[in-house]
Amino acid sequence: MDVSRRGFLKISGATLAAGGIGISLKPVEAYAQPLKIMYAKETTTICPYCSVGCSIIVSTRNGKVVNTEGDPDSPINRGALCTKGGSIYQMAVNENRLGKPLYRAPYAAEWKEVEWEWALEKIAENIKKSRDKSFRTTNDKGEVVNRTEGIASVGSAAMDNEECFTYQKFLRGLGLVYIEHQARI
Amino acid sequence: MTNHWIDFANSDVILIMGCNPASNHPISFKWIQKAMDKGAKLICVDPRFTQSAARAHYYTALRSGTDIAFLGGMIKYILDNNLMQEDYVKNYTNASFLVNPAFKLPAENNGVFSGLVDGKYDKSTWSYQTGPDGVILKDPTLTNPNSVFQLLKKHYSRYNLDVVSKITGTPKEGLLEVYKAFASTGKADKAGNILYAMGWTQHTVGTQNIRTMCMIQLLLGNMGIAGGGVQALRGEANVQGSTDYALLFHILPGYLKTPAASLPTLSSYLEKNTPTTKEPNSLNWWKNTPKYMASYIRSVYGLNATLEEGYHYMPKVDDGANYSWLALFDAMYKGKFTGFFAWGMNPACSGAHSNKVRQAMGKLDWMVNVNLFDNETGSFWRGPGMDPKKIKTEVFMLPCAASVEKEGSISNSGRWMQWRYKAVDPPGEAMPDGEIMTEILYKVKELYLKEGGVFPDPITKLTWDYGPKGADGKIRIYDPHAVAKEINGFFLEDKKVEDPTKKGVFKEFKKGDPVPAFAWLQDDGSTSSGCWIYCNSYAEKGNLAARRNNKDNSNIGLYSEWSWCWPVNRRIIYNGASVDINGKPYSMKRAVIWWNGEKWVGDVPDGVGNPGSGRPPFIMKPDGVASLFGPGMSDGPFPEHYEPLECPVEKNMMSPQKNNPVIKRWDKKGVGSELDEVASCDPRFPFVCSTYRVSEHWQTGVLTRWCPWLAEMQPEMFVEMSEELAKERGFKNGERVVVKSARGEVEAVALVTPRFKPFMIGDTVIHQVGIPWHFGWITTADRKYNPGDKKAEIFTTGDAANLLTPTIGDANTMIPESKAFMVNVVKKGVK
Repeated sequence: MDVSRRGFLKISGATLAAGGIGISLKPVEAYAQPLKIMYAKETTTICPYCSVGCSIIVSTRNGKVVNTEGDPDSPINRGALCTKGGSIYQMAVNENRLGKPLYRAPYAAEWKEVEWEWALEKIAENIKKSRDKSFRTTNDKGEVVNRTEGIASVGSAAMDNEECFTYQKFLRGLGLVYIEHQARI
Repeated sequence: MTNHWIDFANSDVILIMGCNPASNHPISFKWIQKAMDKGAKLICVDPRFTQSAARAHYYTALRSGTDIAFLGGMIKYILDNNLMQEDYVKNYTNASFLVNPAFKLPAENNGVFSGLVDGKYDKSTWSYQTGPDGVILKDPTLTNPNSVFQLLKKHYSRYNLDVVSKITGTPKEGLLEVYKAFASTGKADKAGNILYAMGWTQHTVGTQNIRTMCMIQLLLGNMGIAGGGVQALRGEANVQGSTDYALLFHILPGYLKTPAASLPTLSSYLEKNTPTTKEPNSLNWWKNTPKYMASYIRSVYGLNATLEEGYHYMPKVDDGANYSWLALFDAMYKGKFTGFFAWGMNPACSGAHSNKVRQAMGKLDWMVNVNLFDNETGSFWRGPGMDPKKIKTEVFMLPCAASVEKEGSISNSGRWMQWRYKAVDPPGEAMPDGEIMTEILYKVKELYLKEGGVFPDPITKLTWDYGPKGADGKIRIYDPHAVAKEINGFFLEDKKVEDPTKKGVFKEFKKGDPVPAFAWLQDDGSTSSGCWIYCNSYAEKGNLAARRNNKDNSNIGLYSEWSWCWPVNRRIIYNGASVDINGKPYSMKRAVIWWNGEKWVGDVPDGVGNPGSGRPPFIMKPDGVASLFGPGMSDGPFPEHYEPLECPVEKNMMSPQKNNPVIKRWDKKGVGSELDEVASCDPRFPFVCSTYRVSEHWQTGVLTRWCPWLAEMQPEMFVEMSEELAKERGFKNGERVVVKSARGEVEAVALVTPRFKPFMIGDTVIHQVGIPWHFGWITTADRKYNPGDKKAEIFTTGDAANLLTPTIGDANTMIPESKAFMVNVVKKGVK
């Protein structure tokens, strides 16, 4: 039984109310609730928030996250997590997560859901158009610069190391020089 | 960090200044507490009595933007009272170097150093005296008036208690208490530690703030030892990695410099950027630059291009040009870009002067915005004050995977590269960032191959071998292991290489073999490595970042077999300075490395030759010693107190020069934009303001505001103020007010606390207030929601703190001055 935090509070509130004086003097029927991580698969991750690098155990069942908690094996956090790391469950299980590409046309007032293939093709066309228009082989001094002046990028300290490496490879391959991210601010 | 999180437990004294780990790196406090359990003293210096201050043995307040005055006073205290670790200073720093006699200090030059011309320093007088052989002249007695040491003493002699107290607003007893406690770590067997974060970096003198503390650590012999060093508490889970991998205009992965336009060939680049030294014993590790640059070029173009061709393809930065964040958004505001990637970032809330940023984005033709949730950047066109009918920007908001939905590594602030695993698939059609960029690259490449276009080679010749390929030559999935192996590096041909540590001993490598460590990288193009400092992380021993051995064999908490850190798993860098010139550890109980008769044991040794070899340990500096005198800085070889650009005082009490003389003044006509107003000593904005964070939210709140558990703990934008200020203005705790600056305004809840106290600056009472920067309009209740829009389960109130901050950056890094600017606070509804 998955009980959200507020759901749990509601239940315990109701029990107290039924008891009247707050405790029951009748024999209590013990109900053994199964561990919510029963039959779950475990993987470890590192918290995506600050830079301490706390290790977290993610329990999943049937392809869904059922629990996240601190990893006691990590010498850094030893099972502890702060409020943010402790709530990483909600980053994974959250109905507001974006699941489909969205498109905003010029001058439009709304988002529109679109297909990946369509979005990627338009993006590639845009990149080529911007690059071809703004690429400079030489600067005003006549020095060879081979750069794309019309496109800029910011991002991201939230990407994995491997993605950061390939992202800068991708951007510099396109000829960008205006490349920045969180480290600068 | 020079050290790492667990190492805090080894400190005798910890200074928390310019950061608040109890709130923003909460689990790190476990290690601070451990040190305190062992008897360590905790000092906290902050304009506000923070959660970290609540745990400290000593707390004192200082006005935002006066850290150099505070720390300069500490330098004077250390020197006046002979508390420095003398032989460390003599042997491991440039204290003995003789400086050009034409060099002038601010005391004798109207508050600036010699050589200031048109807002820039000609550094020719910031040079050392050399002998006929080019070796720097030194005075080992440190008494020569032109010695770095005597100049240091002279410069900081002005930072007496009176003037420091007047500038900072800190009572003299407070200053002395802190100075005494910290300077006690100058003893050889004592370790003093400094933790800092954006409270130091976000100033026009930010880099010099940090440098002042580095100098203190050098004077006290605290650099390179367990429990010592200088610890940057970084803000994001992988900002260390993203910096290492150079998502910044001025560097390439591994801190190589981006090629300048005046350097048309690789050989000219290497000549300019490879440092040399005449110091006979200096290792000068950056002399290996040619190996790292050649290997980097190979990691980009493989064997599809020669090294010179690969260099030619790389975009060049104009000499002296600055394309950093503030310059980027200024250029965007001026219509310079047609396209923009806001990839895993929310500049509409994180950028200084957010109004300028938001308006700038309206000048674009297109934006690609990759994120987990809807946000103020991708949706900027429908934000407050925006009329979508007038905004042409085409926006693509692409859904990406969260950290638990993909595999890869991140590097924490202690440089530990930790591998993490995929738990579940991303929701809906969201994809890992690596897949998204792969798709985009392939499509761009296809267009160029099909249609031709401007100089396609730099794109079409990129290697992208991150997994098994299909019949179409494209990788089927983006495999982070393949990327990690490319980053580590491998041999591109069979090669016999001499062992870098054993002369005359050779090792045979076959094509495709991983490079064991960066000492094996070659300058002739026979090796490929994406980032030399990560070379060794995924070599013949496999994925070291994934190691989970949590037994510690050191007694100083190194945990050398849990994950892997750069460089070459060295946990405490500069540890060559933890032993004296004869190789004996300064502290036996906290020894980092020691000589067992044959070799160094303990941590991976750094920089140190065999005992008695005379090799100076700071091998990343050409001269091998650490810099008390630092001519590499753009605003002076010694830190000097200057006032923040927006400040409450008419005069700098230290000198006639009010502000940092080399900062770029975006507020001046013709430099920035008409939006870039600055208001200093302006009665409209009488309070000093600083931004900070709370535990429950992270950065702009772009992720945390969508998490109900966190949003309900901290739902409201607030402005924290002293009881005295609240009384003066008639504010009640909990009342809705408006915070205003010369650039914008934000509604907030008044949080009246005793944590702020008014400062006495000279004869004037100066109030300081603080605001969190976690909020944004997208998760508020009172905004327009279209059908299908995501709606936060728990609404937050308020918009970005950065609507108030100015376009002004540090003289060296251009990090915005968000920790000291001027505001007013008024009741809601009052003008």
